Amino acid sequence: MSDGEPTSLRLVATMTIAGLISGLTLVGIYVGTLPMIQRNRAAFLSRAILGDSEADDERDRRPLLPGAESFTTMELRGNELVRFEGAEGEAPAGPALYMAYDADGQFVGYGIPAEGPGFQDTVALIYGFDATRRVIVGMRVLESRETPGLGDKIIFDEHFLSNFEALAVEPTIVPVKKGERSAPNEIDCITGATISSKAVVTILNRSTEQWLPRIGATPPAGGQS
Amino acid sequence: MALRKKELQFWPEMTKGLWKENPVFIAVLGLCPAMAVTNSLINGLVMGAATTFVLMGSSLLVSALRKVIPKAVRISIFIIIIATFVTTVDFALAALMPIAHKQLGAFIALIVVNCIILGRAEAFASRNPVGVSIADALGMSVGFTIALAMIGGVREILGSGSLLGVDLLGEHFEPWAIMILPPGGFLTLGALLMTFAWVQSKAERRRAQAAAAANVAEGRPEKRAA
Repeated sequence: MSDGEPTSLRLVATMTIAGLISGLTLVGIYVGTLPMIQRNRAAFLSRAILGDSEADDERDRRPLLPGAESFTTMELRGNELVRFEGAEGEAPAGPALYMAYDADGQFVGYGIPAEGPGFQDTVALIYGFDATRRVIVGMRVLESRETPGLGDKIIFDEHFLSNFEALAVEPTIVPVKKGERSAPNEIDCITGATISSKAVVTILNRSTEQWLPRIGATPPAGGQS
Repeated sequence: MALRKKELQFWPEMTKGLWKENPVFIAVLGLCPAMAVTNSLINGLVMGAATTFVLMGSSLLVSALRKVIPKAVRISIFIIIIATFVTTVDFALAALMPIAHKQLGAFIALIVVNCIILGRAEAFASRNPVGVSIADALGMSVGFTIALAMIGGVREILGSGSLLGVDLLGEHFEPWAIMILPPGGFLTLGALLMTFAWVQSKAERRRAQAAAAANVAEGRPEKRAA
């Protein structure tokens, strides 16, 4: 350390220079890594909607909506769904959903992301919605910290996920005990993971309530690329 | 050695962090990441590597600038240096290892408040030349990484029946889910701390016995009591 008491000016100058160098470094690194981070995000989203061709699990290889081969991002502006114009990997700031198309460019349905509180932390998921039949045709958990061995079954339990192959959402989705499913809008919960199963139902109900009035059986104009 | 300043050397300053002054098992520092992210070996290793980068970088800069930084603002400057390195790691991991970055979540950003890092900056790097500061940082980092890898390894084997994602214990093993949950972190760390303390006390007793034996057998200082 220097001799004697440093002047106030020297203290301020030191802090300023340190802050300046740090700031410049951080901006440089942010700008440098941003394209890669956005590419990762885009790849993650594409795997979620179109399936991951390299996954070990057969279920992960399947697309969220049967037949989906491509999708476009739509954002809600005011009360209208419009096509999101942004760079690849960039996400709209507000509510967004994805419109999926098959190999012939035919609209197959919506991929809708949703999240809400789970047993331990936020559960983020995405579900496929067939707007013609008004049913959910697939559900994939994107992020969760549910209890390993119990709650995390919402991610991979075959029986639970099969609930979402043609799930009616109107009037609302109703969770029932495993094996008691008798109506198209009911879901068999996972034994030992009732809270996590019900969390998924709550997230879906809340999301469909928000989105259903805004989406029709036919895609809004300007959806297809 | 009492009054004269100790001449510090690279090698002993490095190796002390591995065992004798291991930041987790002996100094009992940095326990938040040591328990929070170690539910698998790979998470422990990634966290260890991220901390290594931050600790090495900040020790290097703090030590190199130790004569320029006024004492009055040194803690603020250390924090700026550390935070810059942590943010760098955060972005780099998000770009290069998105899955690991997601798993570690907020704990990467929380390296800023890992007391090992500010501790070494204040207690060591700000008072010693660059060479030995790097040695000290390297030793502490590797010691920390070893500790996290041990905790993560034990928890992954018992909690998932696998190591680095490779199935070890076969289909008939029922994973102890509690080991990947927070209590598993406490249990594993407790068991490892106990083992370390036991090994240390045993070594000390042996040393005391050896000293006593040497006193008894005066003139024959080489007598061994093992």
